Amino acid sequence: MQWNSVGEFFTMGGYGFYVWGSFGVTALALLIEPLLLRKRQNEVANILRRERRADESQKKTD
Amino acid sequence: MENKIIHWFKYGSPQTFYPLAGKMIPWFWALAAIFCIAGLWVGFFVAPTDATQGEAYRIIFIHVPASWMSMFLYIVMAFWAGIGLSLNTRLSSMMASSIAPTGALFAFLSLWTGSLWGKPMWGTWWVWDARLTSELILLFLYLGFMALQAAIDEPRRADKSGAILALVGVVNVPIIYFSVKWWNTLHQGASISMNKAPTMAVTMLWGMLLMALAFWMYSIAVALQRARAIMLEREMHTDWVKYAVE
Repeated sequence: MQWNSVGEFFTMGGYGFYVWGSFGVTALALLIEPLLLRKRQNEVANILRRERRADESQKKTD
Repeated sequence: MENKIIHWFKYGSPQTFYPLAGKMIPWFWALAAIFCIAGLWVGFFVAPTDATQGEAYRIIFIHVPASWMSMFLYIVMAFWAGIGLSLNTRLSSMMASSIAPTGALFAFLSLWTGSLWGKPMWGTWWVWDARLTSELILLFLYLGFMALQAAIDEPRRADKSGAILALVGVVNVPIIYFSVKWWNTLHQGASISMNKAPTMAVTMLWGMLLMALAFWMYSIAVALQRARAIMLEREMHTDWVKYAVE
């Protein structure tokens, strides 16, 4: 390992801004995408659940 | 033999693919996490400092895998779009649509990390050279595919138009890949080539390959997740969909 201290690790030999700017934005993007997808899935699933409930109560009254 | 063919085609319908994809997704997430942790560990703690680029070169561990994914996902997207167009299978077209946003994301990340690497090494965030410009065109092809599909109300017509755009755009992928050979460019040559011994330290190569595998697994997990959402949205008025969610 080439790091002597935690500070040295974060400084990245003077390139901290560029290295962490790359890794940070990538990490953020790869976290947000699945979260947005989960939201999309939940939205459509909620509509379907509502429709099914409506169907079932319709059947009961028929 | 006859049985096997039928068995495989079974998964070609959204109805049977939906639960299968649901079972596969957690496994791909687990693999993505494992490869990502291993790749970051090798990239930051095992790989040595680069002799000419110092620590800035560590951007390679996401820049190269993101660029590979952006090109590869485009080919996979065009493949599924083409199958959907020629065989008229709706699941194939749904797969193409589910890949596009993730491909666009990786194309963006490739440009973003490349820009942050270019500034300290070349002294500029951006140049209009062949490699960078063709990668930017790739991002626009993804966005164009998504915009075109979003603009057409009827899903099957949207699939067909999107497929034609995707297939025409495929020519751009080899242009990106070979751009560093064909034109004089500021961009360095290919990081890995089939017919030359690697010019980089073995640990650097490993870090890059592990991150590429992590991005692979991530892409599969996310594309399957999006495909599931698309299946429910598009087939909302069919019976199987109503009973697909608990």
